[in-house]
Amino acid sequence: MTEQLLEIEDLEVSFATEDGVLRAVGGVSFTVSRGETVAIVGESGSGKSVTVMTLMGLTRSPNARFAGTARLHGEDLVSAPEDKLEAIRGKEIAMIFQDPISALSPVHRVGAQIAEQILAHEKIPRAAALERAIELMGRVGIPNARARARSYPHEFSGGMRQRVMIAMALSLSPSVLIADEPTTALDVTIQAQILDEIRQLSAEADNGVIFVTHDLGVVADIADRVLVMYAGRLVEQGSVDDIFYDPQHPYTWGLLGSVPRVDRDPPRRLPAIPGAPPSLLRPPPGCPFQPRCPHAFDRCRELPPLAPRLPDAGHLDRCWLTPDDKRALRETDGRIGLTEGAAS
Amino acid sequence: MAGFIARRLASAVLLLFATSVVVFAIFEVIPSYNPARAIAGREATAVTVAQITQKFGFDKPFYVQYFNTMKLIFTGQIIDYQDNLNVVSQFVHRFPVTLSLVVPAAVIWMLVAIVLGSISALRAGGWLDRGLTVAAVTGVSIPVFLLSATLLYLFAFRLPWFPNTGYVQFGSNPAQWAYHLVLPWLAIAVLFIGFYSRVLRSNALDIVNQDFVRTARAKGLTGRQVFIRHVLRNSLMPIVTLFGLDFATLLGGAALVTEAVFNLPGIGQYEANAIGQLDVPPIMVGAMFTAFFVVLFSALSDVVYALLDPRIRISS
Repeated sequence: MTEQLLEIEDLEVSFATEDGVLRAVGGVSFTVSRGETVAIVGESGSGKSVTVMTLMGLTRSPNARFAGTARLHGEDLVSAPEDKLEAIRGKEIAMIFQDPISALSPVHRVGAQIAEQILAHEKIPRAAALERAIELMGRVGIPNARARARSYPHEFSGGMRQRVMIAMALSLSPSVLIADEPTTALDVTIQAQILDEIRQLSAEADNGVIFVTHDLGVVADIADRVLVMYAGRLVEQGSVDDIFYDPQHPYTWGLLGSVPRVDRDPPRRLPAIPGAPPSLLRPPPGCPFQPRCPHAFDRCRELPPLAPRLPDAGHLDRCWLTPDDKRALRETDGRIGLTEGAAS
Repeated sequence: MAGFIARRLASAVLLLFATSVVVFAIFEVIPSYNPARAIAGREATAVTVAQITQKFGFDKPFYVQYFNTMKLIFTGQIIDYQDNLNVVSQFVHRFPVTLSLVVPAAVIWMLVAIVLGSISALRAGGWLDRGLTVAAVTGVSIPVFLLSATLLYLFAFRLPWFPNTGYVQFGSNPAQWAYHLVLPWLAIAVLFIGFYSRVLRSNALDIVNQDFVRTARAKGLTGRQVFIRHVLRNSLMPIVTLFGLDFATLLGGAALVTEAVFNLPGIGQYEANAIGQLDVPPIMVGAMFTAFFVVLFSALSDVVYALLDPRIRISS
């Protein structure tokens, strides 16, 4: 039995805006175990970033409301006081952000920025922290680390900057590493290197990783388990194989169907999911995907539960269709996809 | 760096030249302007005025007069028409007074503006922020002469806490020096506190939403560390440029209203008198004096800015 690091239950996040209450995350539950990589996929605005930032208390503001719990080693992060969170941030949970140029301070040397995180949690001399920063930079593959530690972020390439972020995030061997679209802003070749780096270093540290992305190629590459989010809710969750070979939710079919495949002739137009994600201010009744789903029927006006599909209890989805219906409906032209305009 | 200094020196020479020409030309076109009559005095005969006109060369063409005036300025022999005093030595004598007024006032306004601007940004939208906004707008809007006179009335006349105008040299009695300058310092600082604290507040509110501030929080820094090391550090950079120019013009005599109201014998007061009498030499020297400080401090603030922001390089 692997050790469960993080246990998130019914996490809800909403923000008071001028136009009303925006429910960004509506009741999300999942766990992260030691040595496991959990990917959260979904399109922009699906609530995936808000979910992981809430775990670090970074979404706290006078306009934000939270419900549910997120327990790290049994301690709730959602209701934790700020000083407690400060001790946890960076040490127990660390985060790698999407855009490494804006995520690093432009006016501080990178070595000092890494050392700053170490010094925030450990009472050691500054010189010792800098020494560790240099060693960390070497470990994430930054050549000539001692000299580069004195450089500023704008003197690094995108990939090297992201390596700095990784060195910073892993500096205190956190038990949970959150990577929020860490490769989105990078070239494809650099992407692969950075993914390797994250995979290798987190395997060494034996921590749990939450990987937020909208890139299914990255998911297939790195994840053990996948959570599919749509309009602030989990619509499907399962192992990588479950999601890629036996997807249950029509939204997942649409996601998979919109990825070009190298083993087929390219279609004239890449299939897209029709319509746009619903407003989080005024969500549709029932299943959030129902307005865009070609297979929606009467019952979809009621929100389906996130239910396990027997016999595999680890694979859950939020859809009223029966397993047989799903198997019949998800195939289009011999591949998984969302049939446009299909009658229900 | 050498190129930077050379370019700034060249622009300084150009700016001083342009300033002096423009100021000189302004007096050429003022219709009732007659320096010879001013020098000769109220009771002078037409013959005396004519002699003076001849002696000072006021009948010469514009460019000859300009050239002569500039020659007198740079040889230190220029005298004002009103009192026949050497203008350059007046500036030398009066400059310490202006320094005594401006430098401490600048320290006060920077410190108070940073504190109030930070509080406003940290409490943005709250009652404290709203109160400070009202105070800042009031401070910016109130005319300096009114503020100075009000301060004098309230704290020197009504409540005799501070002396009613006057100046004591720092060298003769530092405590009396400061005691006499408290109200003038406040009179100058209030305007800049209002302005700078507003600028700092809006800078800080922009910076707070930057990704690197989120990273700083994600590292586990305390709220205070995040604010001072990351938010404030970056919010102060634009203020350096503002400060350079404001400080420069004040040193050049822009505090003339304050000096006049509080009867401080600085270069501002001298300038104020000269402007009232259309006394060209002090005005010329004053304008060039100010232009010199503006060039000097804009170069200095560029250097400081480059030191604060490693992305900026001053050479080439």
